[in-house]
Amino acid sequence: MAIRKLFIANRGEIAVRIIRAAKSLGIETVQAHSEADAGMLAVQLADGAVCVGPAQAAKSYLNIAAVVAAAKDAGCDAVHPGYGFLAENAEFARAVEAACMVFVGPTAETIDRMGDKVAAKIAAQAAGVPTVPGSDGRIEAAEAVAIAEGIGYPVMIKAAAGGGGRGIRIATSAEELARLAPQARAEAEAAFGDGGLYLEKVILNPRHIEVQILGDGTGAAVHCYERECSLQRRRQKVWEEAPAFGLPEATRKALCDSAVALAQAVNYRGAGTIEYLYDGAADRFYFIEMNTRIQVEHPVTEMVTGLDLVALMLRIAGGEPLPLTQEQISCTGHAIEVRLNAEDPFLQFLPFPGKVTALTIPVGEGVRFDHFLYEGYQIPPFYDSLLGKLIVRAEDRAAAIGRMADTLTGIEIGGLKTTIPLHLALAADAGVRAGEFHTQWLEPWLAAGNLTAPHRSIGERP
Amino acid sequence: MTDILSPLPGTFYHKPSPDAAPFKSAGEAVAAEDTIGLIEVMKTFIEVKAEAAGTFAGYVAADATPVSAGETLAKLD
Repeated sequence: MAIRKLFIANRGEIAVRIIRAAKSLGIETVQAHSEADAGMLAVQLADGAVCVGPAQAAKSYLNIAAVVAAAKDAGCDAVHPGYGFLAENAEFARAVEAACMVFVGPTAETIDRMGDKVAAKIAAQAAGVPTVPGSDGRIEAAEAVAIAEGIGYPVMIKAAAGGGGRGIRIATSAEELARLAPQARAEAEAAFGDGGLYLEKVILNPRHIEVQILGDGTGAAVHCYERECSLQRRRQKVWEEAPAFGLPEATRKALCDSAVALAQAVNYRGAGTIEYLYDGAADRFYFIEMNTRIQVEHPVTEMVTGLDLVALMLRIAGGEPLPLTQEQISCTGHAIEVRLNAEDPFLQFLPFPGKVTALTIPVGEGVRFDHFLYEGYQIPPFYDSLLGKLIVRAEDRAAAIGRMADTLTGIEIGGLKTTIPLHLALAADAGVRAGEFHTQWLEPWLAAGNLTAPHRSIGERP
Repeated sequence: MTDILSPLPGTFYHKPSPDAAPFKSAGEAVAAEDTIGLIEVMKTFIEVKAEAAGTFAGYVAADATPVSAGETLAKLD
């Protein structure tokens, strides 16, 4: 049954995004908010709003009982969790369904299964998706060299009983492994009372590439092509693209097909993302995990496919069979998203909550700005620092980077420090333009002082 | 009497972790640059340090409560 009244159990820019999708489908909206968020844009845009608790997220947006009760009391028949907070909490999904409402996302069982690293890896292997090669379970030190032959060097030796990086060694050859394995065994024995080891292939300087999928819960699933998200700081993505550049066409097809196979195998319902490491030198990809929610960077996929992923989530949650066939989904042009955070990039990315004193929103062909700002808005300090996402699309990657640089110079967010200078510097960087980066690239680039010099030429076209 | 002010808006904590003892207790000597609390701002924890030496008189802002920039967090004698 189609959703009539939707509860938005989130905040910030994604709440605004969900309201927009709901309105496009004629769905009434009720926005959750904490005491600190009564003035946020999503509250103003929604048809109704309910306070779910104090400023601290643990007492409001993460309070399952309060959120479910608020949604039920407001007469909602569905709950969209957004990303973060309770989006991948199986207990929340169960509580929503127990209250006779629809959870806009996969089943609680899928969240549990794909949220467990071991269970997810087993599901991926069963669906024929490549995973990072390693020993099947624990091995003895004496077996290490023979097993590593089948994996390929370099390999990582870990304590089977270990955690927190203890006892991890990297061997680049059989000789080195033969020398290091007994050491690793002795250390594991001393640290954990268990000398069992585990071997895993080391993927050097991998790229992070992920595939957007949609499923309807009956085993039907499609992909919406892939995203490239290798530019990360402290494991947080800062710049995302669609499609992934430099991927051989056969690899792209194998990657996207593998994501569909996994989504079909687990009867996935809703929008999800399957994340991979990509070894460019070897042209190989490996499953790392599945995210069972809409992601921050979904707009780059929307910009190159023309789809409204959030509206599709709502239609699927309302019981529609998958509204698209794979043949109906195409990828045109190139899109880039940057995350604008309230942080000072010149001061170790110190958070900078403040009042928005002036706001100039960029407009133009191929430009989209997903945000929750307005002039006079006081950014609360209690939640994450994401202010919005600037997304551009152009006919190819070089043109998209040029459009990103141009558009960034046209944004004004007065009263705050933002990460705009970081993105301007990235857009002007020869390595970024050439696509010569990987997940371990950005932090050394920052440490080398690439942000300290003023970038006078960045407003100019390449 | 010296006031220690919050450098940023956020949530103020007296303790380094929920189960730990407070950074300072009344009557304790405080050296300049000693950490007296933490401010959680946008999921980042920032140490609040005493600017001058003195004797800790007590916390003014309660533990685990929202504070605004410039608000008095604690006092030194």
